[in-house]
Amino acid sequence: MEHQVEDSLLIKRYIDGDERSLATLIERYNQRISSFIYSKVNDREVTEDIFQDTFMKVIRTLKRGAYNEEGKFLPWVMRISHNLIIDHFRKNRRLPMFEGADTFNIFSVIGDEKLNIERQIIKDQIDSDLTLLIEELPNEQKEVLLMRIYRDMSFKEISENTGVSINTALGRMRYALINLRKLIDQNNIVLTN
Amino acid sequence: MEKLYTKNRDKCKLVKAKPETVEFLLNYSKSLKITKAKGMSFESNMN
Repeated sequence: MEHQVEDSLLIKRYIDGDERSLATLIERYNQRISSFIYSKVNDREVTEDIFQDTFMKVIRTLKRGAYNEEGKFLPWVMRISHNLIIDHFRKNRRLPMFEGADTFNIFSVIGDEKLNIERQIIKDQIDSDLTLLIEELPNEQKEVLLMRIYRDMSFKEISENTGVSINTALGRMRYALINLRKLIDQNNIVLTN
Repeated sequence: MEKLYTKNRDKCKLVKAKPETVEFLLNYSKSLKITKAKGMSFESNMN
């Protein structure tokens, strides 16, 4: 409530010519509005663009004296950014797609590295199967494998963290992999994508 | 032992607009003048 009063006061001051009030408002809501935009577009550059367009619209509306939602500054700004996000997606959908000529296919040089839905589901399945299999390993092998694969630690770091020699850590990793393969065979699990 | 996650499950990321963007907006605001005449408003940019 306190914030709302302050917002309306800042807006009034800004309309009266105090530019610092705008800086305060932007600073106050920068993170909330940017995060909101980012959660929808998932791209830092586009987030910056939409954030900028949002506040340009805010500035124009305030300077024109057309703002009439006193005390509801944030929802109003959010609505503007929401509309701009929709505009962004509409504009992107309308953009013509270049697929290249018969002799040259643009997708032979660029591609979407993300997995499609089906492959993503398979990958998630493999990840969860693997997690269950790793749980079956003896503790000391599991520890080394998790450190090496999931935490990307070197064998030197692993040996320092577990208090065993590098050779022992290497050996445990080797047995962890051998045992994992055995478990995969025993359970007839297919781990390919 | 610490619980390990192989992928980032937290989709909510906090981001902030860059200081340059904020600076641009403040300069844009300073340079924007809106004149009203006969019920119409005219925008002019003094940049």
